[in-house]
Amino acid sequence: MGNALVWAVWFVAAFACLGSAAAVVSFSNPFYSALALIGNLGSLAVLYLLLSAEFVAAAQVLVYAGAVMVMFLFVIAYLGRHADAPWAGGPSWQALGAVAAAGALMVEIVVVVGLKASGRLSNAPDVTAAFGSPSEVGRVFLSDHLLAFEITSIVLLAAAVGGVVLGSHAHEDPPKPASSGLLQGEGRAR
Amino acid sequence: MGPNLTWYLAVSAFLFAIGALGVMLRRSPLIVLLSIEIMLNGANLALITFSRNHADMSGQIFALAVMAVAASEVVVGLGLIVAVHRRKLELDVDKLSTLRG
Repeated sequence: MGNALVWAVWFVAAFACLGSAAAVVSFSNPFYSALALIGNLGSLAVLYLLLSAEFVAAAQVLVYAGAVMVMFLFVIAYLGRHADAPWAGGPSWQALGAVAAAGALMVEIVVVVGLKASGRLSNAPDVTAAFGSPSEVGRVFLSDHLLAFEITSIVLLAAAVGGVVLGSHAHEDPPKPASSGLLQGEGRAR
Repeated sequence: MGPNLTWYLAVSAFLFAIGALGVMLRRSPLIVLLSIEIMLNGANLALITFSRNHADMSGQIFALAVMAVAASEVVVGLGLIVAVHRRKLELDVDKLSTLRG
């Protein structure tokens, strides 16, 4: 692939990524924010492909842009419309402080990474075609990082149990015992 | 070879800062969760960039583990938001400041 083509793909993906991230933060409707985050995750997958991380890019699209975002959109649709304008009533001191803190955080990241790694980032070493492939990821995951693999499974199990406990209706004082929880939630739309 | 790896790190730093801005600025817990996803993805991009820089797969493994933790966090966070909604509390992180429902 030609040099100019790689630059063009990087440019489009990087600016789509940053633009959709800014859109997530600035949209007042959470539904639009979630849709913008899907675009953000998709363009990040393109950047991962440019860094020859094929399996991570595929997992990003399948897990994040697929499963996680479907769950987000489902919950947003279940809760109904909760518009929250970020700049309503002019900029407050809290908003200005948030912008200043985020800017300071970015300056800090740039300075630290620039001080520690600027000399070694100039050229990327050549890698074989197996770098980032599913077979190589599986080999490294199940040999060098077996403990991380097992801990990941425990974390996912704990999250599944926590989701069931939080979603159960057992601890709720029922105002109307006859109707189901889903119908109660719909009747409470404000 | 396309763009320098420094450019990828710049995108990663911008993503992290935008996510942090969303966490501090927005009041809806749903948008706060979405902004945390942006921050995690910025960190993932930095991990994968350094993995490419060192030609070592461990960074990609770390990124996959971060993805699993992010999925777990979304499950628990959305469960909390639905539980808060079912108790008829207002979905505003500035007003949800006490632990008693």
